[in-house]
Amino acid sequence: MQPIISITNLVKTYAGGFRALKGVDLEIRRGEIFALLGPNGAGKTTLINIICGIVTPTSGTVLADGHDIVRDFRAARSKIGLVPQELVTDAFESVWATVKFSRGLFGKPPNDAYLEKVLRDLSLWDKKDSKILALSGGMKRRVLIAKALAHEPDILFLDEPTAGVDVELRRGMWDMVRSLRENGVTVILTTHYIEEAEELADRIGIINKGEIVLVEDKNILMRKLGRKQLTLHLQAPLERVPPQLANRQLELTAEGTQLVYTFDTQSDSTGIASLLRQLNELGIDFKDLHTEESSLEEIFVTLIGGKR
Amino acid sequence: MNGYAIRAIYRFEMARWFRTIVQSVASPVISTSLYFVVFGAAIGSRIAEVEGVSYGAFIVPGLIMLSILTESIANASFGIYMPRYSGTIYEVLSAPISAFEIIVGYVGAAASKSIMLGLIILATARVFVPFEIAHPFWMIAFLIMTAVTFSLFGFIIGIWASGWEKLQIVPILVITPLAFLGGSFYSISMLPPLWQKITLFNPVVYLISGFRWSFYGISDVAVGISLGMTVLFMAGCVTAIYWIFKTGYRLKA
Repeated sequence: MQPIISITNLVKTYAGGFRALKGVDLEIRRGEIFALLGPNGAGKTTLINIICGIVTPTSGTVLADGHDIVRDFRAARSKIGLVPQELVTDAFESVWATVKFSRGLFGKPPNDAYLEKVLRDLSLWDKKDSKILALSGGMKRRVLIAKALAHEPDILFLDEPTAGVDVELRRGMWDMVRSLRENGVTVILTTHYIEEAEELADRIGIINKGEIVLVEDKNILMRKLGRKQLTLHLQAPLERVPPQLANRQLELTAEGTQLVYTFDTQSDSTGIASLLRQLNELGIDFKDLHTEESSLEEIFVTLIGGKR
Repeated sequence: MNGYAIRAIYRFEMARWFRTIVQSVASPVISTSLYFVVFGAAIGSRIAEVEGVSYGAFIVPGLIMLSILTESIANASFGIYMPRYSGTIYEVLSAPISAFEIIVGYVGAAASKSIMLGLIILATARVFVPFEIAHPFWMIAFLIMTAVTFSLFGFIIGIWASGWEKLQIVPILVITPLAFLGGSFYSISMLPPLWQKITLFNPVVYLISGFRWSFYGISDVAVGISLGMTVLFMAGCVTAIYWIFKTGYRLKA
């Protein structure tokens, strides 16, 4: 299937000479949730702003649903909704007026029933006549989402959607993003919270210093780079790893009371069964055990760390 | 052509005006009334007729122009500067609209406000002094052209300004002196010969002269020249705005 966004060799050099993007190639699949991860200043926002028409690319092309974002900007932009990172709102407008404005701005005829649904879905309907200035930060964030959805976009960009949003609201936001995808909207989000990407994304892209470091299906990424650890809480502490076990990936921690076995989830035989048998033969008893999978966060730190 | 977008911007800008309708309308009405009390009644009674028109009536077109110039610039510059300042401009920039549509929305709204204001001042003036309008069509034409031209100019200032001070500096340092020295309160022929020449470099002279001609059939410069200069200034502003959107000056990185 044709990708909904395809970016080819995108370069952005700012007036001061700073190269924010150094030849980015990226394809976003129709209907997916794509998480773009990267440290501050990696180029996430620049990338989004170019696609949305706020920043002019230095070179390269971007197609949104087959439309060139520069030559055919009307068709391209009418497909796209953007929720910016900063909470930028008009202070004195009412919520209702601002969503109506957004819909009109994107060239759609009025449709109050649709806008009502958007506001209800975002729990903003009872605030529709409030001035935006009187709303809390979390509500303002939702107003920005409502504005971005007002023209029924096929593609939604969420630039750090849950920055400064409390835990409960964040869960609500995640539910909303999932329901958008169910309705066929492609969602591209940038985030600092790796937990968020892990929770939501179908695919993950990692950007660092203006270059895409990696794009991978989330589950494959987790599996590929994920390592599992088995921790055994020993009955009696050991001084060192017994020589019979020297050929295994073992480590003693917590003053010899814990034996940690690291293994690869990819391999066919993890070696857990034989390790446990061996421990039994050596008379090493344990009272408890648990396994841990490395999180996306650790994967991320490893990747970015290696590039620095 | 994205008609819904033009309408959305226009409505948004007009709504902003109507939210502060009392200040927006009251302040120019009050200040105009004060001008009439001071210049028209108090001082004007001691000034002879100017080219057959009573002094009170003579200053009416000048006062309207004065308000149109300042209000057009203030409204249009604030209208585009505010979203740049607050960051809400992102939405306009990311919308499927062309520069032309943005201009029609913002400048159209600013010009509409000034035109309405001009008409309100006209009505207020009528309360103080009796006058007739000799060429109503040209009166309206000059009113609209001036409002549009200076709204375009205000839009440019609103894009150029990188802070609130700069937003104020052009109206205070340039426009107000030019407007006052442009013959709002006197006929150019009252000046010494040298100043009559220098004054001709002031574009506002042509606007006020043309506008006054539409009222009383008298003018400092030929009405055709007034018209030509107004069109010229408008064309200059349009060119500048074309360049702004072409290069993304202060709008896009």
